[in-house]
Amino acid sequence: MRSEWRHRLVRLGPFLGLLLVVAFFALASGAPERYLSANNLRVVLAQTVIVAIGAIGMTLVIVGGGIDLAVGSTIALTGVLCALALREGWAPSLAVLASILTGGLVGLVSALAITRLRVVPFIATLGMLGVARGTAKWLASQTTVNAPGTWVNDLAVTFPPVPWMVFAPGVWITLALALLMAFVLRRTVFGRRVFALGSSEAAARACGIAIDRLKLAIYGVAGLFTGLAGVMQMSRLRQGDPTVAAGTELDVIAAVVIGGGSLNGGEGSILGSMVGALVMAFLRNGSQQMGWPTYVQEILIGVIIVVAVAVDRWRHAQGDGE
Amino acid sequence: MTAALRLAGIVHRFGATVALDGAALEVRPGEVHALLGENGAGKSTLLGILGGLLVPASGTMEVGGAHYAPRSPRDARDRGIAFIHQELSLFPHLTVAENVLMGAEPSRRGLWDRAEASRLTRDVLAEFGHPEIDPDATVGRLPIGARQVVEICRAIAARARVVLMDEPTSSLPRGDVDRLFATIGRLSAAGVAVVYISHFLEETRAVASAFTVLRDGRTVGTGTLSSVTNDALIALMVGRTVGELFPRREGRHSDAVALEVAGLAAPGLLEASFTLRRGEVLGVFGLMGSGRTEMVRALFGLARPAAGSLAVGERERPLEAPPGERLADGLGYLSEDRKGEGLALPLSVADNVTVTRLASCSHRGVLDPALQRRQSAERANELHVRMRDPDQPVRTLSGGNQQKVAFARLVHQEADVLLLDEPTRGVDVGSKAQIYEAVARAADAGKAVLMVSSYLPELLGVCDRLAVMSRGRLGPARPVAAWTPQTVLEAAIGT
Repeated sequence: MRSEWRHRLVRLGPFLGLLLVVAFFALASGAPERYLSANNLRVVLAQTVIVAIGAIGMTLVIVGGGIDLAVGSTIALTGVLCALALREGWAPSLAVLASILTGGLVGLVSALAITRLRVVPFIATLGMLGVARGTAKWLASQTTVNAPGTWVNDLAVTFPPVPWMVFAPGVWITLALALLMAFVLRRTVFGRRVFALGSSEAAARACGIAIDRLKLAIYGVAGLFTGLAGVMQMSRLRQGDPTVAAGTELDVIAAVVIGGGSLNGGEGSILGSMVGALVMAFLRNGSQQMGWPTYVQEILIGVIIVVAVAVDRWRHAQGDGE
Repeated sequence: MTAALRLAGIVHRFGATVALDGAALEVRPGEVHALLGENGAGKSTLLGILGGLLVPASGTMEVGGAHYAPRSPRDARDRGIAFIHQELSLFPHLTVAENVLMGAEPSRRGLWDRAEASRLTRDVLAEFGHPEIDPDATVGRLPIGARQVVEICRAIAARARVVLMDEPTSSLPRGDVDRLFATIGRLSAAGVAVVYISHFLEETRAVASAFTVLRDGRTVGTGTLSSVTNDALIALMVGRTVGELFPRREGRHSDAVALEVAGLAAPGLLEASFTLRRGEVLGVFGLMGSGRTEMVRALFGLARPAAGSLAVGERERPLEAPPGERLADGLGYLSEDRKGEGLALPLSVADNVTVTRLASCSHRGVLDPALQRRQSAERANELHVRMRDPDQPVRTLSGGNQQKVAFARLVHQEADVLLLDEPTRGVDVGSKAQIYEAVARAADAGKAVLMVSSYLPELLGVCDRLAVMSRGRLGPARPVAAWTPQTVLEAAIGT
């Protein structure tokens, strides 16, 4: 019974963390009604979109026992690409699609390095981090690319173009994709194989699962999400900036880990990762409201990542003793 | 009748080690075929090749009369071959049903059909006599015995024509062993061929009808089990008569106590008490999960003891101490996990041999490489390590030579008390004999040896006294002559 209780408590962990963060800043700011206002909520959610979409893909990768360090530079690359395509007069839908597919391609290339060259994911994607960033700068000729005004620019704005949407279109897109991927991870054969791969690669191989193909699928699909995150980044800036989103991969990984994802694979959930992304967003937003300098935010987020993982290790140690 | 399985001339190498060197195997449909051999004879490698995990360098294979050359476990599965592994290969985070059906999932348009999966799994569990296991329980939370049941159910669910079992009983309680044998009987009656690896000849005789013996990667004998005696089988496995494998001991140990352990308890170990004297080899037999390794680790400070007392020589020592302190007390430890914790594989033979007593080859903290090389070469030669030179990375040596390097470290350390955990695991017969010799030499020189093993013949051949570990409790130590294989197994399985 006690273990059952603890199990539930562990699942609630990320939510408790979120509540704690929100409550702290609501009280500390001295103006809870402003911090908790619909407007501020709108700001926070719009700020979350990029990390949250990245975290959906990253959840897939981490549950499957991998890691992707190239997320930040892939966001820059696909953002630049989207802006370039729009500037060249492509239809916005086509530009968005091309950016998303490019993200998927980047993921596939990383996966090829992992499966064909037998390079561990950490190194393969570390290499891709450099390649994607360099390519973004090259395509953008080392400067920002201004995109003409299209509906793409409205995707991630704080205030939606039509008031009845309440939140930015990007927020709704994120929500829909999160629900979709949660379903895919829980209920499809593909999703369960991702868990199987992360839980024990040797056992998955012994069960006749085509490991290499599965990894290609995981990094490919995760790349599509990164590509979309790049579109959102472009939308927020209204331009393609090849230097943007440096280090965003760490925010994305932190969101997944705070949400209960294990870097050893086999554990994690989309819901948890979304809560993790919100924790990060509320933290940043709260720190800004408090007027804390950015270095305080950075230190705080660093500490929280380590604490979240330490808590994870601790509960694993507890679980072994049962 | 067409053979269910026919293998000939199988050759396989792991780097410098030749694991299989012309192995052959023929199994009829419905036959339970025991694959026998020493540790390191190549049994598990052969099953790995059959299961598609390894691709042989040469040789031919047939399944049901048709050419068979699996490139992956998936190929093996498609040809009706299921593999039950020695080390459990399960998904701890997933449910029982997901574990049983992974790779052959019931699905509709890519959606995992949970209800159907639970139903299929419940049927298989009932068939195996374990209706109490919940198909939707998470495997990581099941007890170890139940986990093995899950693994076996995976093979049953795959409706395999050939089932490969690599020591399937090593972590099963007695009742489950009987149930497993009944299931094997049912599989066999249904025409399924079973290839069965076990350390225990008695157990093998209870379940199998035919046998093949591997030695040093070659098939050296095959036939029906009812027509051979155990001694004949052991002679085939060992390649010489039992008397020649084990060294003659002087067998006169002193009364001086080297290690006194009373009421030791630790995670996985309920109670262990024993007295180890100078010049004596005390054997501890135990099955996997019995607590044998936990005991040695607790003694050497690698696991935290919960209770008990410990005296080295006549001196009472603190129960909790880091390995460094135990080393200073004169204890030496040989890990059962050679690759993980026994040796630093990328480092040289010289580094590995001298690492526990670098003071012997350094001056004021500065290492003297020439001296280190000379000392380690001497130790390695004593143990007949086959190597080019002491600077060679241990990784490039064969398993048997690696193990001898690990043992040479204890000799160099000049440990008074040798704690040996599975000292001959995964080692060829020749190296085994050399390790036994080294153990005997150490004891005759007045050292005390605690030898933990799951391989009974070596304990009966090398030790002076033997105690049996069962379910976390160490039984009384008796002279080896007072034990028979039967009484040891009974004590190990318990009631």
